[in-house]
Formats: sequence, C-alpha cells, structure tokens
Amino acid sequence: MDEISLEMGQWVLDHARRAGASAAEVMMISAESLSAGVRLGEVEKLKSSRERRLGIRVFTGQSAATASTAELERASLQRFIADTVELARLTAADPYAGLPDPALHPHTLPDLDLADHSHGVIAAEQALKIARAAEAAAIASDARIKNSEGSGFDSGVHELIFMNSQGFSGRFTATSFSLSTVVIAEADGAMQRDYWYSANRHFEKLEPPETVGIRAAQRALRRLGARKIKTTSAPVVFDPDMAAGLIRVLAGAASGPALYKRASFLLDRLGHQVMSPQASIIDDGTIPGLLGSRPFDGEGLPTRRKALVEKGVLCSYLLDCYSARKLAMKPTGNASRGLGDSPGVSPHNLYLEPGPYTPEQIIGSVRNGLYVTELIGFGVNSVTGDYSRGASGIWIKDGMLAYPVEEITIAGNLKEMYKAIEMIGNDLVWRSSIVSPTIKIAEMTIAGS
Amino acid sequence: MANELVQPDRFFLNRFGLDERTLERTLGTALERKADYADLYFEFRSAEALSLEESIVNKTAKSISQGVGVRVCAQDRTGYAYSDEVTVDRMRLAAETARAIADESSPRGPLQVGTRVPASSLYPITLSPTEIPIREKARLLEQIDRAARAVDPRVKMVTASFAAEDKIVMVVNSEGRIAADRQPLCRLSVSVIAEDGGNRQTGTFGGGGRVEWSYFLDHERWRQYALEAARQALINLDAIDAPAGEMVVVLGPGWPGVLLHEAVGHGLEGDFNRKKTSTFSGRIGQRVASELCTVVDDGTIPNRRGSINIDDEGTPTQRNVLIEKGILRGYLQDRLNAHLMGVEPTGNGRRESFAHIPMPRMTNTFMLAGNHTREEIIRSVDRGLYAVNFGGGQVDITSGRFVFSASEAYLIEHGQITHPVKGATLIGNGPEVLTRVSMVGNDLELDAGVGTCGKNGQSVPVGVGMPTIRIDALTVGGTRTA
Repeated sequence: MDEISLEMGQWVLDHARRAGASAAEVMMISAESLSAGVRLGEVEKLKSSRERRLGIRVFTGQSAATASTAELERASLQRFIADTVELARLTAADPYAGLPDPALHPHTLPDLDLADHSHGVIAAEQALKIARAAEAAAIASDARIKNSEGSGFDSGVHELIFMNSQGFSGRFTATSFSLSTVVIAEADGAMQRDYWYSANRHFEKLEPPETVGIRAAQRALRRLGARKIKTTSAPVVFDPDMAAGLIRVLAGAASGPALYKRASFLLDRLGHQVMSPQASIIDDGTIPGLLGSRPFDGEGLPTRRKALVEKGVLCSYLLDCYSARKLAMKPTGNASRGLGDSPGVSPHNLYLEPGPYTPEQIIGSVRNGLYVTELIGFGVNSVTGDYSRGASGIWIKDGMLAYPVEEITIAGNLKEMYKAIEMIGNDLVWRSSIVSPTIKIAEMTIAGS
Repeated sequence: MANELVQPDRFFLNRFGLDERTLERTLGTALERKADYADLYFEFRSAEALSLEESIVNKTAKSISQGVGVRVCAQDRTGYAYSDEVTVDRMRLAAETARAIADESSPRGPLQVGTRVPASSLYPITLSPTEIPIREKARLLEQIDRAARAVDPRVKMVTASFAAEDKIVMVVNSEGRIAADRQPLCRLSVSVIAEDGGNRQTGTFGGGGRVEWSYFLDHERWRQYALEAARQALINLDAIDAPAGEMVVVLGPGWPGVLLHEAVGHGLEGDFNRKKTSTFSGRIGQRVASELCTVVDDGTIPNRRGSINIDDEGTPTQRNVLIEKGILRGYLQDRLNAHLMGVEPTGNGRRESFAHIPMPRMTNTFMLAGNHTREEIIRSVDRGLYAVNFGGGQVDITSGRFVFSASEAYLIEHGQITHPVKGATLIGNGPEVLTRVSMVGNDLELDAGVGTCGKNGQSVPVGVGMPTIRIDALTVGGTRTA
C-alpha cells in the first residue's frame, strides 16, 4: 500500500484543483497499535491494528464538502477527489466558509516532544507482562479484591500530515501508551468495581503498574458498604477527575459553534464574571510532551496558550476559522479535525489553575457534605446550564471522610455552580488533556431516599 | 458499489479477488496453533451525512471504509488483528498476529469453507438512501427548517441533519460457514432552540432505521419530527425546577424504554455474567421484576434500527426472552461467552466495525404491553413525576446502579398532569427497579429509531421500547427539595 507522504498530499491537492476545486485541504494519518489485555492473570486479548487513511475538504468558491477514504491507490483517489468536488458543488454556498487567512499559518513548527523515540509499539510479551503486574498488584493488595474485569496495556504510534492549497504543510509523529486496571471488591454479598489508569506520550513516564493496580483496588475497596442518603442540600467536593469534567463542560459552552448556534449558557458572557474570582482556566496546546499538545490545529494555525477564564472573568472563546468569522472574532487555533468531518472546536491541554489548598484542607473544611468520586449519565444541558448527574463518593462528616454513598444525584445550574467554587486544591496532575485540582462547591442539591 | 444488487458474499470475493481456497488458507494460518475457533470479518461501509444550520445546508460529507479482521479464540483468550488493506498477504499477516494468543502448534484436519448461513431479509431495500440525490435530501432539510420555525416565533434556531450508511459484511469461520448481509441504516435528526427573553431551551427529535428514503416522506413523517422538536423546546420554556428525592415515577411509552436498556439489558450481557461481574450473575430463574414485567431483546423486527439479519459473527438474530413475568430467563450471548457458559449463541455478537472485537450487545430491547390505559396509570398517582422524553443513560453493571436523564417531564398532582419540569436525572438499582413496577400500560411503542449504545468504546445502533409504566419509587435528581 502507498505510504502517506508530502508528495501524496501535493498530488491530492493538485488533482483537487484539476477537478475544479478553488481551494483544498488534505489530511493523512498512518497508525499502528497493539492492545493487550489480561484477566485473572491469563491472557484475555491481543489486538493489533494498522491503518492508513486520507481525508479532504474541498471548496468550490464558498461551498465545501469533506470526505475520507482508506483506498489510497491513485486511481481510486482520483475518483474520490472528483466525487468530493462534485459534492461541494451541490452544497449551499456559505459566506463564512473558507481556508484560514494565509498570513495566520506559522512559518516554523515547534517540536513538542510528542513522540517517544526510544519506544514505539510495545511488543505483546512486554505489554502483557505490564498488564499482568498491575492486575496482580491489585489482587494481592487485599483479600476482598475477588474478581477482575482485567488489566490492559495499549501502545500506538501515529503520523499525521496536513496540507492545504495555500502552501501550509505540517506533519508530526506522536506515540501514546496507556495502562488501566478494573477490579471488583466484594464483601457481604455486594460487589463494587472501580478502575485506575495512567496515560502518557512517553513510556517511561507512565505510573508503575503496581501503583495503577493498587490505586484501582483502593478505589473499589473504599466503595464497599456504600449506602443511600436522605435528600438534602450540602457542599460538594469534586475529586480532580470529576472536577475536570466541569472544566470540560465550560470549554464546550465557550466553543464557537455552540455560541453562534446560541446553544450555550455562556452566550453574551464574554468579559463577565462567570466563575468564582479564585478560578482561572487556561488552554495551552504548546506544553511539551502532553497528551493534548499539537504543533498546529486542524486548519494549520499555530496552537498557543490562552486564558479562557481569568480570575473568574470569561476572557476568550475557543474558535476555529468558521465560527470566528461568524462571530466577527479571530480564530484561536482550536480547530479540531476528524479525517472526514468539517473542522470542529476543542481545547488542547485545558486546566484549572491550582489554588492554595491541600485536598485534606478542602475536605477538612466541610462539616457535612459529599466528596464525589464518580459521576454517571448525561444530565448536563449546555444550553441552559442545568446539571443533574448520578453520583457516588464518600460522605464527609466533621471534616473527615466518613462512609461511602451511592445511588444519589447531585444537581444545580452550572452558571451558579462555577460561581460557588469556594476552594481550589493544589493537586493538579496532568493525567489527561483536561485536568483540574480538587474543588469545593458551596452547595448543591443531593437527591437520595 | 452503486445500485448493483450484488450478493453480499460475492461482493467481497469479487472486490478483492478472493476465493474460498484463499479463505481456507487464511483460516488455516489462524488455526495453526491450539485454538478452538477462528473467523474472518470483512466489511465495506459507505457513509454520507449532510446538515443544515441557520437555514442552509452547508455541510456535506462522505466516507468509505473497508477492512478485514481476523480473530482466533482459544478458551477465553482472543487474538485479533485487522487491516484496512484487504489482500492475501495482509490477511496472512493478520492471522499470524491473531494466533499469538494460542499455545504451540497442534495438527488439525483440513477445513472447507462454503456452507452458506441462511438468513432472513428484514430490510429488503432496493434503493439505498445514499443513492438519493443530495439536492433532494438538502431540500427536505430546508423544509424541516421552515416547518419548525413556522410553529412559533420563539423558535430561533433549527439544525437538521441526515446521515445514511450502506454496510456490507461477510463472516467466514473455521466451521466452514459463510454468512453475509447488506445493512443499510439512516437517521434524520432535528434540533430546535426556542428563546423567550433570556430563557433558552432545546428540543430534539428524529428517527430512522434500516429504511428507504420514502420512509421520511410517508405521511410527511419529516414534518412530525420538526413539530415534535419545536414542541419540546417550547414546553421547556415553561418548565419549573424538578423535584429532588424518591417518588412515584410514571414513564411514557417508547423511548423511555432506555430504562430497560440500562437497568437490566447491559447487566444481562453474557460476558459480564460469564466473568460473574454483573449484579445479575447467577440469578437465572430468580425474580428480578414484578410479575407484570416481560422483557425481550428482539433483533428480528423488520426495518428497525436495532435489527440485523445476522450478528457480526454470522449468527442469525432471534427473539430472546430476558425476563418473563418477572423471572430472569436468559442472557445475551456472543459465540465466545455462549461456548464458555455451555449455552447457544443468541445472535447478539456485535461489533462497531472491522477494527473491533465482537461482544454480547443488545438489539431492540423492550417490555411487552400490559392491561392499563395511560390515563388509569396517571390517575393512580397522588404525587409524582411523569417523564416522557429522555436523553441518554449509563449503568455500572457490577453494583447495578443506573441513570437516565429526562428531557421532558411533568409533575403529577392528585392524578393530574400539571407543570412541566426541567430535565433531571433518574437513578436506581437494576435488580430492584422493576420489582417496583405496579402498573403496565396497553400502549407499547418502540422508539423512533435514533438509539446508539456504547460499551467498551464501541458504538452500535440499537432500539428500545416500552408501554407506559408506573414505578412506585425512584430517585429523581432535581434541585427542588420538598
């Protein structure tokens, strides 16, 4: 099969023009990965993959169409390009459509340390050994860990090339490694599951398998004996992973497409206080080695550091070129891109800046309240900000974690919840591309029995 | 592929220049070690999507994907490798990779591929929606836009989209069987934002299935979608805060069947039960619901989104009774888990694409009708919640806790539906919730055909259904404490 290359990209752009496109973009991805799973010490699954795909967006004047294919032979590509140009001709003209202002393309691209040059796809034997070690550590840590959904180690390498007809051309290679363990704790006939994971672009930076396994076990164990509580209103402390979910929702509501569709609770709030004055949220695609870093965005614009919220004031949206034109603003380098889709918008590495408090101080400040460690369901309305999700966690009594609770919901409205952030932790860790320290929200409705 | 009416099994053999002998050789390579079973899964998918926003159809997209996955099973171990390049060499490589989970070599007799698996024809479609001219589809989206805006001046934003795919699959296994299917699927969705002062609310509706384009034109079905989306958004403009706490909940017919999908469906999937990690493990024959409840999973309903002639392991689908008059009767099985549990596969082995390993999954999951009218059920409630539309749900199959989020709900006061309330999440426990069902309506409906189920990172289309039911106590996650 043809490997992806700048030559192939140029060939595609040339043929798009020849087929009648006034402008075009091409994106090519080549990826390999291996995923290994063990359960109760035995190999459960080995999955190996290899993919080459190509996507284009073509314009005929102000009309655009996108398409993707895995058939990279030149004859099929030629048909594919012609079909896509024809599709663009059949699509309505949109005055806001088009490639970026060429002056915005970067001349040089930063090296963001996205590839681990000493490790590529990890071979099956080693991957299984790591997965086994994590699960074994979990099972060995406590007699009540009686069952397992298994432990998995995944590794992959992908190369991406992106080019457009106004001369931008960029490529990068990235590696990724992840280890996860899901175990089940059992006591008094009741089962509880929980998990832990570690993911990184660099193999050596993963948490050790024993740490991942033991964290998974501890998290499952602390849920044993969970009870339902009476409906009440109380302070809610979000652990870092749960708090990150709140930050993610804010980024969604601050993204261009949600705003021009008037589908956001942050509509017309730029320059206004939308969070507690303690809160600042940063998006930065340029931090070396992180999972969300990229040398350029999905339209070939440079990524950069920007504050979305500064001391509680909403100071930037996340915009691709289309939504920027619609809102009469400048793009922020946040175009995201699937191969066969029009650009969307997403943050790169998004985080809530850490505050002064240790998680213990935050929990210690609560007389009666909920420490939430899991949220399930889709009860977040980003148009109205209404928030209602299934929760589990640990009840806080007199500043101490007292007993596990489950089968409850927490509810409020995000517009008020963000302003009611009373304390922010100092425990920010880059576990994924959207992270937060522990936070405390002054009061939410907790529904139970 | 176009309009040619190819036999799905010949399609791959012709397209990639393969024959039965090549398939046998690849399976032979896969089985060179001590394995129980191997299969090859071929897939070709051509998809198309268009969408309208701010009254113009400005986004169109097409994609073509194809590939082959080779699977080797040895006891409870699975080796899988796939490639988007379908050649004899790549298939051999994939087979060599997949067999790495099996122990050292064991000689076995020759295998012969060729037995065709007979399959039904649940969606005999002559003209795929992907073949309808783009302009015609774009015009329909524009009509939807106008219809929704005409409902009320407070309708400020309409987005509408149409997505269609045509998928051809073929499964060839080490028992020599070849099963193939052509699986068209499409969906039309409408989303509306209504505004009144600073109050903005959404409504969404849509439908589809394994149907032809004319399905959306029959009785102007597209218009019903537009009106329904607008109606929901307008209703929500008047919604008051939802109550918080445990109360009587009446669920309307159709899409609220997502309750069954979350509360019991996932927990009855064979993999979890074989591993004994489900709250329903080892409970066959036990009471898990009131005797009013009979729940089935049926992959054989014509033209439904969740229906398939054969599952993604080549097993014909069937109607499986999960709960009969409150008693747990069976699990949903794929081949691997059925084999390990010593039962027959149930036609529920599904996968998202050739890049994924099959797992036990639901098809169309619903509860059979009872005797009460909807009015009788509502009249029986002194104070409670009547929920008729839902967004998604989620479940933890180990503890049994599940949630699903209402997007349109009303208070019931003294047997009457009164105020609309804001969306709220409902939370319960799988093995408990159906034991509290005290009335079941005579108005069974299946959903309109928009459901997608996610499990372990794999999405597959599904259906749900339910009559109106009364649940005597369920926790409602509103903001208003009594």
